[in-house]
Amino acid sequence: MSSPVLFLLGASHHKTPLELREKLALSPERLPVFHQTASTLPGILELAVLNTCNRVEFYGAADSAEAVQRLRETFCTFQGFPADAFATISHHAAGLPAIEHLLTVASGLDSQMLGETEILGQVKDAYAEAQSRGTTGPVLNRVFQKAFQHAKYVRTHTAINAGHISVANVAVDLALKIFGDLSSTRILLLGAGDIGEKTAKAFQSCGAGSLTVASRTLGRAMELATTLNATALPWEHVSAHIGEYSVIVGSTAAPDVVVTLADATAAIKKRPSEPLFFIDLALPRDIDAAVAKLENVFLYNLDDLAKIADENLAARTAEVVHARKIVTEKAAALWKQVESQAGGRR
Amino acid sequence: MLQFTDRTWLWFAAACYLAGFVLGTVAVIRERKLSRVLMYFIISAGFTLQTFGLYLRGLEVKGCPLGNTFELFQFIAWSAIALYLVIGATFRLSLLGYFTSVLAAALTVVSLSFPAWDATRRVNIFGGNAWIEFHAALALFSYGVFCLLTLTALMYVLQVFSLKRHHLHGLFSFLPSIRELDHISLRLLTAGVVLLTASLGVGAVYWLDDTTTVNALKLTVTVGVWAAYAVVLILRLRDRLVGKRLSWALLILFAALLASLPLVSGSHAAP
Repeated sequence: MSSPVLFLLGASHHKTPLELREKLALSPERLPVFHQTASTLPGILELAVLNTCNRVEFYGAADSAEAVQRLRETFCTFQGFPADAFATISHHAAGLPAIEHLLTVASGLDSQMLGETEILGQVKDAYAEAQSRGTTGPVLNRVFQKAFQHAKYVRTHTAINAGHISVANVAVDLALKIFGDLSSTRILLLGAGDIGEKTAKAFQSCGAGSLTVASRTLGRAMELATTLNATALPWEHVSAHIGEYSVIVGSTAAPDVVVTLADATAAIKKRPSEPLFFIDLALPRDIDAAVAKLENVFLYNLDDLAKIADENLAARTAEVVHARKIVTEKAAALWKQVESQAGGRR
Repeated sequence: MLQFTDRTWLWFAAACYLAGFVLGTVAVIRERKLSRVLMYFIISAGFTLQTFGLYLRGLEVKGCPLGNTFELFQFIAWSAIALYLVIGATFRLSLLGYFTSVLAAALTVVSLSFPAWDATRRVNIFGGNAWIEFHAALALFSYGVFCLLTLTALMYVLQVFSLKRHHLHGLFSFLPSIRELDHISLRLLTAGVVLLTASLGVGAVYWLDDTTTVNALKLTVTVGVWAAYAVVLILRLRDRLVGKRLSWALLILFAALLASLPLVSGSHAAP
């Protein structure tokens, strides 16, 4: 028998639009079924399935190219997806390029949001899932375990994931620069819109102390507060209570300013030694721009946050060449190990 | 053959602090995080060398080396570093090591660069009275605390500038949070005032016995420094002086304190 060939087969956001990715994605119920079916195909020796919102990829070891072709056909049949259409949007690699691709993916270099860290966890989950199903072997074990180490190396030795590139996370970063630990920080969300909700969730994921929602419609505020496990504040009480919060996120659709200079001045007088951070995500703006001049008050609007996010993205992009160089070197070294391992078993 | 005098060891210490400054600056320019452990090690090495140098000087002058401007600068830098080695490990304030090495390098190199500041070495200035020596050392140690306080105040001003002007890259990206800096500043200010108060209390006991031992200039300057810091502390505790204005007040006060050192160093009457 010939030595197993490491392969990669899949489709990702690069060539596959969202509407097609939806059709290719394996639902949580169907994924185990497909995994079981595919791993028992003749010639498929090892198999791991990476199934995220941006990609469906199969990494494995096969005894021949025909086995990979069988996997491709089985997947298309399983998903009811035309094989010829899949051929135009899919990517396939074997050997070194497959390893290089896995390292690129795990490092966040292939992600839609360059440098994002979530993908490494998803790759780890895919490997753990394959292990629990008993579909990994000497090839995938070595390749995945080394891929995790190398992905970590890329992230720590380049600025590929430096700074956040979403408005909500940039706002949280700024709050951390002002308050340090957010566990004792009270946050007031003005408005119940989508961007405000995302920002509130970003704060909660960073351990924000408490969240209060105020909306011109109390019912909507209570609804969102329930979703976010927060409390609701009647709109008419907002002005009087601003000083009790450290972070105020403005995201209403109000035509006029919601927090005036007088409101902010009164608020900071209640807490002169504690900073006050206004995040204005609304258009037209919710917070009077003049509040930025107050001592111990910090104001960032949507343009400010977007500019920081763009700068961070530019900084990440500038690191891509360096990061790819590391990936190429590490992949080559890993491929040598895999080859010598395969040679040793012959 | 090279003679290893106390100044030689103090030059070595200054070189360590300079190394910390250079490494930190390179890391900041390259926007890379400087290893806190490495910085801690470099500063510890400098501190050890400086301690040995000051120990040799102490043997020579038969007491705590506080007899001239050079020795005062060295002792303040040494106190600030000693405090950093405790605070740095406890509070893990980002960039504090870098700023401490910058200030320690500045104080030690400047003091070593002016031979005139070390031209007169006064021996046994405390006349063998351990309490007076303790009073002087405590006062200088409180100056070391104010030295570190000045660094946190400077970092506060830079962080506020960064956040207000939206300059968030380079050095600014590594600064600790506003709240952390405010909390640590308050603790240092309190500690400095308490130490200086204790020092003046000890000194006052002996001064009341014989008011001719300290001249009016030294007394005025020392009490002036103490009063200024005490007033700032009271205003801060009452939330009357906070934020950037507090930090600027602390920076100006420390500049005044350094400027007053030559006035204090030569005015202690040796018995």
